[in-house]
Amino acid sequence: MSDFKISQREREQVQVLELKGYLDAHTAPKLEEAFQTLLKNQHFDIVVNCKDLSYISSAGLGVFMAYIEDVRKNKGDIKLSNMSAKVYNVFDLLGFPLLYEITKDEVEAIGKFTDKR
Amino acid sequence: MAPRTLHIESRTERLIAVREFVSNAAREFGFSEEEIGKIALAVDEACTNVIKHAYRFDPNKEITVTIRRKNGAFEVSILDSGAGFDPARIPTPDMKEYLTHYRRGGLGIYLMKSLMDKVEYGNAPGQRNEVRLTKYLSR
Repeated sequence: MSDFKISQREREQVQVLELKGYLDAHTAPKLEEAFQTLLKNQHFDIVVNCKDLSYISSAGLGVFMAYIEDVRKNKGDIKLSNMSAKVYNVFDLLGFPLLYEITKDEVEAIGKFTDKR
Repeated sequence: MAPRTLHIESRTERLIAVREFVSNAAREFGFSEEEIGKIALAVDEACTNVIKHAYRFDPNKEITVTIRRKNGAFEVSILDSGAGFDPARIPTPDMKEYLTHYRRGGLGIYLMKSLMDKVEYGNAPGQRNEVRLTKYLSR
C-alpha cells in the first residue's frame, strides 16, 4: 500500500510530475526513481505540480536537492507549482524558495521555460 | 491528557501511523491544525533518523513513542535501542551554505529544531537512546 502517487505528462516539451499524497522517507524513493528516469531520458525542463501533495518531510525535500544540480548543469530546471500553504511552509522554513522557483500555478511554471525558447 | 505510548517496528511505512498518533494527541491537547502539522513533522523526522541512523534500516527493531504533558507542555519522547550517537557532533546546518552547495541530509535535525520549542537528547551507552521534543501551547 502506498500513500503517494506520481503521474507524469508532457506540456509544451516540459515534463510535468504531479504529486499526490504523503511524501516521506517511505515514499521518497518513488520520487527519486521518477527523477532518475527523467534524467536518463534527457528531460531537464521539469515542473513539479504539488496541488495534491498533502505532506512533505525532509526525505522528500532531499530528493529535490539531489537532482537540481544535474538538471541545471544540463541547462534545465526544476520548478514547483500549486503548493498548499502547509507544504510551502516547510520549503520556506529551509530557505528553499531561494533556490527553487515556486509558482502559483502550473501554466506559469511552464511559461518560465517556454518564454526563454 | 493521560500519557500514551505507541510501539512501532522500525520501518518507514510505519511513519504514517506515528504521525496519526501524534496528531490525535496534539489535537486533544488543544493545538491549532498548523501547530499539529509542525509537531507531526518533527516527530516523523526524529523517527526517520532512528530508522536510518540508529537502526540502519533493520526492520526488526522497535521504536517507542510516548506522549505526555510535562510542566504544562506537550512532550513527545522517542526511544530506541540502536547505535547511540553524540548529538553534539551533529551540527545544525547553516542553510545558506547548505543551499549554495546543494547538500543533502541533515535537514531533519534543522527542521526538528525549527518546528519545536525544545529538542533534547538522552543517551546512555548500551542502553536506550531518547529524543525528547517539547512544544508549548501559544497563548
